[in-house]
Amino acid sequence: MLWQFSGDAPIYSQLIEQIKVGIVSGVFPPGERLPSVRDLATEAGVNPNTMQRALTELERDGLVYSQRTAGRFVTEDKAMIETAKRALAERHITAFLDAMTRLGYRREGGIKMLRQEITEGGNGDVSLAV
Amino acid sequence: MSVLQCNSLSKRYGKIPALEQVSFTIEPGRIVGLLGPNGSGKTTLIKLANGLLTPSEGEILICGAAPGRATHGLVSYLPERTCIPTWMSARQLMDFYGDFYPDFRRDAAQEMLQHLDIRPDQRVKQMSKGTREKVQLIMVMSRQAKLYLLDEPIGGVDPATRDYILSTIISNYNPEAAVIISTHLISDVEKVLDEVIFINRGQVMLQSSVDEIREEKGMSVDALFREVFKC
Repeated sequence: MLWQFSGDAPIYSQLIEQIKVGIVSGVFPPGERLPSVRDLATEAGVNPNTMQRALTELERDGLVYSQRTAGRFVTEDKAMIETAKRALAERHITAFLDAMTRLGYRREGGIKMLRQEITEGGNGDVSLAV
Repeated sequence: MSVLQCNSLSKRYGKIPALEQVSFTIEPGRIVGLLGPNGSGKTTLIKLANGLLTPSEGEILICGAAPGRATHGLVSYLPERTCIPTWMSARQLMDFYGDFYPDFRRDAAQEMLQHLDIRPDQRVKQMSKGTREKVQLIMVMSRQAKLYLLDEPIGGVDPATRDYILSTIISNYNPEAAVIISTHLISDVEKVLDEVIFINRGQVMLQSSVDEIREEKGMSVDALFREVFKC
C-alpha cells in the first residue's frame, strides 16, 4: 500500500482515510486480519501511537474489529464497506465541483466538461474503467 | 513514572547561558522531537540527561534519579558525531556493547546488521559514512533502555538512509521507553513523533503533540517551526 501524507491535516485522520481506501479497494479484504500496529506504523513510516489512534477510531466506526488475542480484522459487513466507499466518493465529487466552481464553471458546465472528457476518452484509462 | 523530568534546569558555560529555567516531563512510550535552531541548547540538554554535563541550577531526573551510575544503564545515547572505534569489526562492536550493557540484545543487532548486508567481520574503517551511522544507531537501538537520546541522528545522511534510520526507530518502539530525537530536519521526522518540544536560546517555547498542532493551527510542525523561528 502506498502511504502519502499532506502538510496540514492531522496525521491520524490521514491514516484513517488511507486505511479506509485500503479496505474499500480490497487491499485489506473483508474479514481479513490487519497487520500489527507496529508493522503498519513501520510500513507507513508513522508513530505507532498515531497508528493505534487511527485504528481505534476505525474500530469505533465499525470498519475494523478486534479479537482479544488474534488481532484486528476488517469487517465482514459488505454493506458497511459499500457505505464507506460512497462517502469517500462523495467527498471526491464535492471537491471536484468546488474546484470547478472556483475556476468559474457553474455546476452544469462542470458536469458537461466531465461528460465530454469521458465520451471523447481524453484520458485513455477512463473508457476502460467500469 | 516520567522517564525524563527537568525542573527549573539551567546550564551556563562560564557566563554564557545555554539553558535557562527549563521545565518539562517526558512519559514512557513517547517519541519526542527536540526541535530548535543551531545553538538553541539541544545538545546541552541531551548531555545533561546522560550525565556528561552537570546542571548549574535546578535538576534533571531520569526515571526519578539524578544522572549517575544508576541511570547510565537506563539511557542509550547516540552522540552527534559517530564515535565507535573504527578498528573494530561489526562482531567486535557487538561484543563491546554486550560487555558494557547487560540490556544489549545481540540477536536484534545481528538481525538488523544482516538486513543491511553488513558482514560480522567487516571493519568499521571499511564502511561508508552512512553505513557507520546506521551501525551506530543499530547498536544504540539494540539496547533495551528506558530512554534513548538521539542527537541529530539524521543530519548529514542521504534521504534513503534517513528513512532507514526512522523506520529502525519505529520498529524498535517500546511502550515502556521514551525516545528523544534532536534535529532541525523537521519535515523528515514529523510523522514519527508523538510530541515536539521547541527550544530556542536555551528556553522551552512549546511542548505539544504533533496532531494537536496540526488540528489547532491547521499547519504542519515544519510550517509552525518556520513561522516561530523566522529570521
